[in-house]
Amino acid sequence: MDLVTFLIQLLNGLQYGLLLFLVASGLTLIFGIMGIINLAHGSFYMIGAYLAFSLSTLTGNLFTAILLGIVLSAVLGIILEWLLISRLYHRDHLEQVLLTYGLILIFEALRSILVGDDVHSIAIPAILNHSIPLTDTLSYPVYRIFISMVCLILAGLMYGVIQRTRLGMMIRAGASNREMVQSLGINIQLVYRLVFAMGFTLAAFAGMLAAPISSVYPGMGDQVLIICFVVVVIGGIGSVWGALVAALLIGLVDTFSKVFFPELAGITVYLLMAMVLLWRPEGLFRMT
Amino acid sequence: MKYSAHSFLGLFISLVIVGIGVEPGQPAQAEETKIKVGLMLPYTGTYAKLGNAITNGFKLAVAEQGGKLGGRPIEFFTVDDESNPAKAPENASKLIKRDAVDVLVGTVHSGVALAMTKVARDNKALLIIPNAGADEITGPLCAPTIFRTSFSAWQSAYAMGKVMLERGHKKVVTLSWKYSFGEQSVAGFKEAFEQGGGKVVKEMYLPFPQVEFQSYLTEIAALKPDAVFVFFAGAGAVKFVKDYAAAGLKDSIPLYGPGFLTDGTLEAQGDAAQGLITTLHYADGLNTPKDNAFREAYQKEYHELPDVYAVQGYDAAQLLSAGLTAVNGDISQRDELIKAMASTTLDSPRGTVTFSKAHNPVQDIYLREVDGSQNKVIGVAVKALADPARGCRM
Repeated sequence: MDLVTFLIQLLNGLQYGLLLFLVASGLTLIFGIMGIINLAHGSFYMIGAYLAFSLSTLTGNLFTAILLGIVLSAVLGIILEWLLISRLYHRDHLEQVLLTYGLILIFEALRSILVGDDVHSIAIPAILNHSIPLTDTLSYPVYRIFISMVCLILAGLMYGVIQRTRLGMMIRAGASNREMVQSLGINIQLVYRLVFAMGFTLAAFAGMLAAPISSVYPGMGDQVLIICFVVVVIGGIGSVWGALVAALLIGLVDTFSKVFFPELAGITVYLLMAMVLLWRPEGLFRMT
Repeated sequence: MKYSAHSFLGLFISLVIVGIGVEPGQPAQAEETKIKVGLMLPYTGTYAKLGNAITNGFKLAVAEQGGKLGGRPIEFFTVDDESNPAKAPENASKLIKRDAVDVLVGTVHSGVALAMTKVARDNKALLIIPNAGADEITGPLCAPTIFRTSFSAWQSAYAMGKVMLERGHKKVVTLSWKYSFGEQSVAGFKEAFEQGGGKVVKEMYLPFPQVEFQSYLTEIAALKPDAVFVFFAGAGAVKFVKDYAAAGLKDSIPLYGPGFLTDGTLEAQGDAAQGLITTLHYADGLNTPKDNAFREAYQKEYHELPDVYAVQGYDAAQLLSAGLTAVNGDISQRDELIKAMASTTLDSPRGTVTFSKAHNPVQDIYLREVDGSQNKVIGVAVKALADPARGCRM
C-alpha cells in the first residue's frame, strides 16, 4: 500500500471512530452515571434519524430540522425518564433490560405506523454537498469531514461541562454516591433527569447528523447498539474521554483490519474488546 | 459505578433470552372443499414490505379466479416468520402439522427458507418459495415437492458476468456482504466472467450487515479496475450507491450488480443511482399485454405499483393453480399435481416462465438501466436462463 492510500485509510478510520463516539457518548452517560443498562439507545439514534427525515421534509432545511429535533428529543428524553426510567434506579439489571428492550419494540412499531417501512434518504445541505479530490480517482465528501468536526467540538463541550461546571460536579457526585448528594440538598432526581435527557439527545443528534450519509431505514438502531456497548466497555464505563479514545481505536482497528485481514474483519473489534477486558476489566479509563 | 465483563456478558445473555412470541394462525373454519394455503412470510421487520407484496400478488391471482384456484376455494393460514431462522422450523411444522395446510408458501429470507425446505422434505409437504434465492434450495436440497417461483442467486449474477464482458470490461473488483447469498452471487458472476476471459482482480467482502464502506472504496480507487461488481440490497444498497457516487467513483469506474441493488429503493438513492446498469428477471417498462394488465389490476387493488416480489407471489398462485387445474382440484392426486406444476408454462408478468428439473424458474434475465425512479428495461441479458442445479439428484 502506498503512502497516500495509507493516509486516506487513516482518515477513514478516524472519521468512522468520531462518528462512533458521537453515538456512544450518550450511552456512556446513561450507563455509566445513572447505572441504567439502556438497550433502547439504538432506538434513540433511530428516532433522531427519523426526526431529521420528517422535519427536513417539513421545513425543507436540514439545519432547522436538527435544531427543532434537538429540542424535541430533549423533551422526549425528559418525559421518558419521568414516566418510565425513574422507576428503574433501584431495580436490578434484568428489569432494566426488559423495560428498555420493550421500548425498542414499541419504538419500532411506532416508526412502522407513523412513517412506514420504506428506506428514505435525506439530501445533504447544498453548502456541504461537495467532494474534495484526493487522488485522480477518489474524492472525499465534505459532509463527512463536517461530521468529524462537530464530533470533536461536542467531545470538548461534554468534557468541559462534566469537568468544569457546577452541574458536572453534581453529576459526578451523584454517580458515586446518590444518598450523600441528596443529603447535601441537591435534587438528584432532577440531575438524573437532565443526564438522561442529555444522553437521549446525544443519541438522537448522532442519528440526525448521520442520516444524510446512512439513510433512514427500519432497524437502523440495532446496528449501532452493540458497537456502542463495545465502545463504552472498552473506554471505561462513564468516561467521556475513554469513549472518545475507544471509539477512535475501534475506528482505526476496524478500518485497517478490513484492509489487511479481510477474513477477520467481522471479529477484530470484539477481539480488541476481549483483550482490553482481560488486561483492564474496568476498561481503559476510569470514570471522570 | 462499576460494571465489568460480567455484567456485559449478562446483557448479551438477556438479549438472547428475550424474544417475541409468535402469533397463532387464524382459527380453522372446517369446510372440506377448501384448499388450505399456509403463508409463512415476514410481516414485521426489515422485510415486511416484501412479505406484504408477495401476499398481495398471491391474493390478486386468487381473486382473478373468483377467490378460487383450480376450482377450489382457498383458505389462508398466515404466520409472520419475522425473518428469524431460529423460529423457522417451529413455524413451518405448526403450519404443516397443526393447521394441516395443503401447501406451504414462503419466504423472503434465505436462512428461513432453508429451514422450511428441510421441514417440507421431512414431511413430504408441498412448498412454493416466492423469493429466497439460496442456490441450495434447487441444488443439493431439491425435492419433488419443492418449487421456486423467483430466482437463484446464481441466475442474475451469471447474466451480469456475460453483460460486463460484452461491455468490454476485463479487470473487475467484486464487493459484497460476507453471507451465503452474497458469496453465491459473486461465484455466479465470476463463473461467467472468467469463462469469457475476464479477470476478477480482487474479491472483497464485508461482514453482514455492516454499511461502513469507506475503506473498501479507498481500495477500489487504488486498484483502478475497469469496473466493479457488487451485491447489496435494501438500505445497505442505498448507502453503498450514494457513498460510491460521493467518493467520485461513479464517473471513473462503472458500477454493476444484480437488480437487488436498485429495486424498491430508487426514491432514496436519487441522483446517485441514475444510469446504473443491473440484471434481474423483472423490469419496469416491459410493456407486454400481460404485464400491463397485471400492473393495472394490482394498482387498482392495492393503490401502489407492483414490484418484482408481487410478481413472484402472483406466480406462486399461478403455479399452484396450474397443478390444481390439472387434477380438477383433487389435491390428493399428489403425483399428477406435481407433474403438472413442473411441466407448466406460466404466463407471468415478467414473460414466459417454465421450470427446470430442480423446479427453479427458467426465465429471461433482463438488462435494466436506472431512469428516474424506474429500472427501465434496455434489453435481455440472457434468454431463458436455467440454473445449473448443481448437486440436485432428482
